[in-house]
Amino acid sequence: MGGGDPSSSMVQPVNRVLVAEDLYLLRDGLVHLLQAHGFTVVAAVESGPELLKGLIELRPDVSIVDVRLPPTFTDEGLQAALAARQQVPGLPILVLSQHVEQLYARELLADGSGAIGYLLKDRVFNAEQFIDAVRRVAQGGTAMDPDVIAKLLASNARNEPLAALTPREREVLEAMAEGRSNAAISQRLYLSESAVAKHTAGIFAKLGLAPSDDDNRRVLAVLAYLNSR
Amino acid sequence: MPWIAHTGSMLRRYVQVAALLALILVEVPAAVVSFCLLVLTFGLGVVPLFPLQVRLARQVAERRRRLVGEWLGVRIDSPYLPKPPPPQRQADGMYRSHRTLYKSPRVPAWNDRWKWLVSDPATWRDCVWLVLDPVVKLGLLPLFLLLPDRGLRVYGMWCELVLAPTAASRLAGQVNHLQRVRNLAADTQSAEMRRIERDLHDGTQARLVAIGMTLGAVEQLVDTDPAAAKALLSKAKEASSETLTELRTVIRGIHPPVLAERGLADAVRALAIDSPLRVHVDVDLPHRPEPPVEAAAYFAVSELLSNAARHGGAATATVDVSGNGSDLRISVIDDGMGGADPGKGSGLMGIERRLAAFDGVLAVNSPPGGPTTVTMSMPKVLPNHWAGSLPKLPRWKVALVVTLWLTAWCPLFPQGIVAGIFKVIGFEEKAWFLALYMPEPWQWPVILFMIALGCTMYLTATLLPVCHNKERWWAEATPRRLWFSR
Repeated sequence: MGGGDPSSSMVQPVNRVLVAEDLYLLRDGLVHLLQAHGFTVVAAVESGPELLKGLIELRPDVSIVDVRLPPTFTDEGLQAALAARQQVPGLPILVLSQHVEQLYARELLADGSGAIGYLLKDRVFNAEQFIDAVRRVAQGGTAMDPDVIAKLLASNARNEPLAALTPREREVLEAMAEGRSNAAISQRLYLSESAVAKHTAGIFAKLGLAPSDDDNRRVLAVLAYLNSR
Repeated sequence: MPWIAHTGSMLRRYVQVAALLALILVEVPAAVVSFCLLVLTFGLGVVPLFPLQVRLARQVAERRRRLVGEWLGVRIDSPYLPKPPPPQRQADGMYRSHRTLYKSPRVPAWNDRWKWLVSDPATWRDCVWLVLDPVVKLGLLPLFLLLPDRGLRVYGMWCELVLAPTAASRLAGQVNHLQRVRNLAADTQSAEMRRIERDLHDGTQARLVAIGMTLGAVEQLVDTDPAAAKALLSKAKEASSETLTELRTVIRGIHPPVLAERGLADAVRALAIDSPLRVHVDVDLPHRPEPPVEAAAYFAVSELLSNAARHGGAATATVDVSGNGSDLRISVIDDGMGGADPGKGSGLMGIERRLAAFDGVLAVNSPPGGPTTVTMSMPKVLPNHWAGSLPKLPRWKVALVVTLWLTAWCPLFPQGIVAGIFKVIGFEEKAWFLALYMPEPWQWPVILFMIALGCTMYLTATLLPVCHNKERWWAEATPRRLWFSR
């Protein structure tokens, strides 16, 4: 199982959400979007200190956090998310940003407990996929932006085991690194689930990773591998 | 055998003295010619001879500066004002000098040249030196013969006194340099602005227009053909996503977000992670430099790393950022095949231009076959003293200052001023005023002493921290931020 604060979310559906975003329009839009998909927004905050307080006190099932927040307008949101996860390991947080940095992705993934997401703000455009990512994070999974994964693979360009993957395996790897389950990958790439499982096994063998049946664990292993340079 | 060495150096001194004396044979004719030329120039108005005189005097003086530097170790910089720029052609094809227009640039150029030579104090100091130098040397003759070492040192001091740049000419040189750097920085900046404008105009703006048009079409279709409207909407959504991606690239080129959010150290680390090379980063800066400095350093490192990956075929690189006093030093070493040349275009020239705004320099060592080492240094861009590194007031001084502040009122007011007022108005009550218990002739001196004591105590309490922390006061009072930050 992929960490998280699970006992409650296992029994009842995830629905308590915290939103941290300083732009009113976007905050409002997010709240409406989440409410329309059956979530309960327990708090919508607009600054770093408020966010940290909310995360610790309310322990929402999942939080959607903007990196840049008042008062410093630097990486206030990211720092609050990291601090909260230090106090409450595995607290599910989905970080949104106008730009993605591998550095930040690494910091978010560093504790290895999953239940973390890092997406570009544009991904909100596609409501279904966004809500899917929110649910995935809430359930202890991972949601990494395709841009992060693309950069990650680009900076691994001279990694030999990676270069040995077939194009299909590479596609599967990308989708897997974004945090998708086998079922989701098979849907996206129009493959059967058994074919995806076969590719996955091939990838793990080529990269020298220990295979695992658990989706979340597998994703974390792949990300850790890509980040280990 | 020390005495041989000693004799050797003595001998060398004597040779130098002899050479200096022999140079009188050059100086005297030069002085005579100079004098004649000056008389002709200013007496008879043969002005074209003036530049000749100046050139002659400057030649002799420049040679002596070099000689004194080599022999006596007294470094004397050239004191002359920078040459005036050539006259600028106006839009109407004329050249302006003051309120007169000329067809050819010759007269304005001559005017500028004349003013440049006549107004430079170094011109006249050279003349004074030329006339007096033989006299001084002859006057120093006994010292030269008895103690050549001492004599040469005195001679060096004399030369420095007359030939060295004055504070004013030093400042003029500095102003000139700053002006050049400012122009360069302004040029670079405006080129950057134009690039950004083009990016926004050709990319973002055009895409937004397209999105607007698509939405307009949707508005018309939504009732009649909802399916087509829906297809157009998803197109508009896609286009807006692409616009955002493009905008992100533009923003990265202006000021990378990670730099704004985390500062130079983490931004360089982010670069290292993004690079396909295996990059080792070592940043040793106690505090963040000013944003423009950070940006220049960041773009330099970014350019060098991508050069190393693209052209150098490197596999690993090392980035080292450190502060040396108030200088910022950056070195980027890669194990590529070398052969990088700043003269051959590439990004190195861009980096040089960016650094020039901060008086920064770039040194490239890239032998064919590698490795390539690029070292950049930006002098005086870090604050001289990081706050906190300055000495604090020791505890006993703090205690003293506090005590003085708490007690100084006592001698000044009750014992001094109030007692004085009582005495003036002849008030009988002595109360606790010490002075009034004194015998009559001592009363005024004691009152005045009390007032003086009180004033001194207040003054001491004020000056003690000021004097102790003079450096800190200066450091804090000197404006460091010449630009607005965030």
